[in-house]
Amino acid sequence: MTLAVAAAPIRRWRSPSALPGFGLSLGFAVFYLSLIVLIPLAALIIRPWSLGWSGFYDVMTSPRVAAALRLSFGGAAIGAGINTVFGLAIAWVLVRYRFPGKALLDALVDLPFALPTAVAGIALSALYAQNGWLGAPLAALGLKVAYTPLGVIVALTFIGLPFVVRTLQPVLADLGREHEEAAATLGATRLQAFLHVVMPALTPALVTGAALAFARAVGEYGSVVFIAGNLPMKSEIAPLLIIIKLEEFDYAGAAAIGVIMLAASFVILLLLNLLQNWAAKR
Amino acid sequence: MKREMSVFPSRVRAATDDPPLARIVLTFVAITFIALFLLLPLFTVFSEALAQGIAAALAALDETDAIAAIKLTLLVAAIAVPMNVVFGLAASWAVAKFDFCGKSFLVTLIDLPFSVSPVVSGLIYVLIFGLQGWFGATLRDWDFKVIFALPGIVLATMFVTFPFVARELVPLMTDQGRDEEEAAVSLGASGWSAFWRVTLPNIKWGLLYGVLLCNARAMGEFGAVSVVSGHIRGLTNTMPLHVEALYNDYQFVGAFAVASLLALLALVTLTLKSILEWRFADEIAASHRH
Repeated sequence: MTLAVAAAPIRRWRSPSALPGFGLSLGFAVFYLSLIVLIPLAALIIRPWSLGWSGFYDVMTSPRVAAALRLSFGGAAIGAGINTVFGLAIAWVLVRYRFPGKALLDALVDLPFALPTAVAGIALSALYAQNGWLGAPLAALGLKVAYTPLGVIVALTFIGLPFVVRTLQPVLADLGREHEEAAATLGATRLQAFLHVVMPALTPALVTGAALAFARAVGEYGSVVFIAGNLPMKSEIAPLLIIIKLEEFDYAGAAAIGVIMLAASFVILLLLNLLQNWAAKR
Repeated sequence: MKREMSVFPSRVRAATDDPPLARIVLTFVAITFIALFLLLPLFTVFSEALAQGIAAALAALDETDAIAAIKLTLLVAAIAVPMNVVFGLAASWAVAKFDFCGKSFLVTLIDLPFSVSPVVSGLIYVLIFGLQGWFGATLRDWDFKVIFALPGIVLATMFVTFPFVARELVPLMTDQGRDEEEAAVSLGASGWSAFWRVTLPNIKWGLLYGVLLCNARAMGEFGAVSVVSGHIRGLTNTMPLHVEALYNDYQFVGAFAVASLLALLALVTLTLKSILEWRFADEIAASHRH
């Protein structure tokens, strides 16, 4: 099969098929993809260059934009870190243990996917406000969550959790017990078996899940704006700054921040692909 | 073979079972985390909505702007979801039933909107159709509004929900191969009748699964729609935007009442999704956990 393809003097761009509809379906798909996704994204990438390199650089390094980017990326990283720890615990419990209500718990993990972000935003905001159910006891401890960067981290943790759990679950379920059994017969404690046998096998999925949670959190808007308080330089996230720039009719400035965020998500996607290739080869 | 440990074991522990204390602590941590971070916010939505009784909550829903927002949300979903279904069917037919160059590149491009921030998803249409965008001046001369009007809201919603149906159908139809359609066509069926009578019955549950997720996102989208809507009450506010407007006006009962409708939609979606995953696991794509 491979030989035949390699030997063919002219490679056809599609192999023959008995089924009709290739031109129509591919044509429509590419047309619609270009119209809705590709051309608009091109508009985003072209726009900031009306500022020139120096203008682009000035937007990025202006203190307010730099602070917002730091908060979005930093908050997303901390949220992803929290989710890595608790997501691993949740995935482990859901795959390995049996207890009443497990199916319900499993279904609930998808809640951040399904709950509209604005709803999550006002709910978290009410919950962590000074007089809220969680905000009041935390305030008594001297911890202010709502309207501070801490609130941003809470929201980014909320929306990132399913990515880590759902990436880990299938890998953990497919992981046979043989290696752990071997470790146990060789005298390893349960903790040693976990650290030296299970963790190395889980690491690629754990990194993938954390990266997906991070990528989602960097661009997150709806669940964050209500709880963040949006103080410039303090608790203002990058997506909100895009909206503020648009309201000031600074399209190029808004597009510049948008391009940075788009570039960041592409880099993450690329690294994930490399990671998956590397994990598949191992 | 699947083996699970009970949290409270009654039998002898196997070598690969965790110590009882670890089991109890881990289970406690997992349940507490989910209860605090996921369940409590959900519960807050309903409890805040009912803070002044059910009558106040219902009154907030039976109000001109709220009804307009509900109607707009339904209208936007009714346009965006079918468009993405047609695209998903076309793209997966092309990708799954034919071999051509650039196929994996096309599949990568389909997933692109998932990695774009919602705000950026709205921004791109403002850059094209906004007053200072590519076609801004032309559209103003024609007196046709895209941004701050229905077309912009529909476009932004189509963008953010773009991959849902396709990413469900492409792996499913690729798995199913093309033998059945080829048999139908060789027996004299037209392409359309092979699609309607062979393909569609095979993919109906996967399609439903994709539509379910697509619809939930279309009705709940906030960031992208917020950029293009203009926030005109009773006119361009979808339900999530109406929630924001009420909340910023300190009308908390109203905001949480509309939010509860959206939360109910999320719960119905999750329930149907779980049922589909449990009942028709073999007939929806294996990659459904994303």
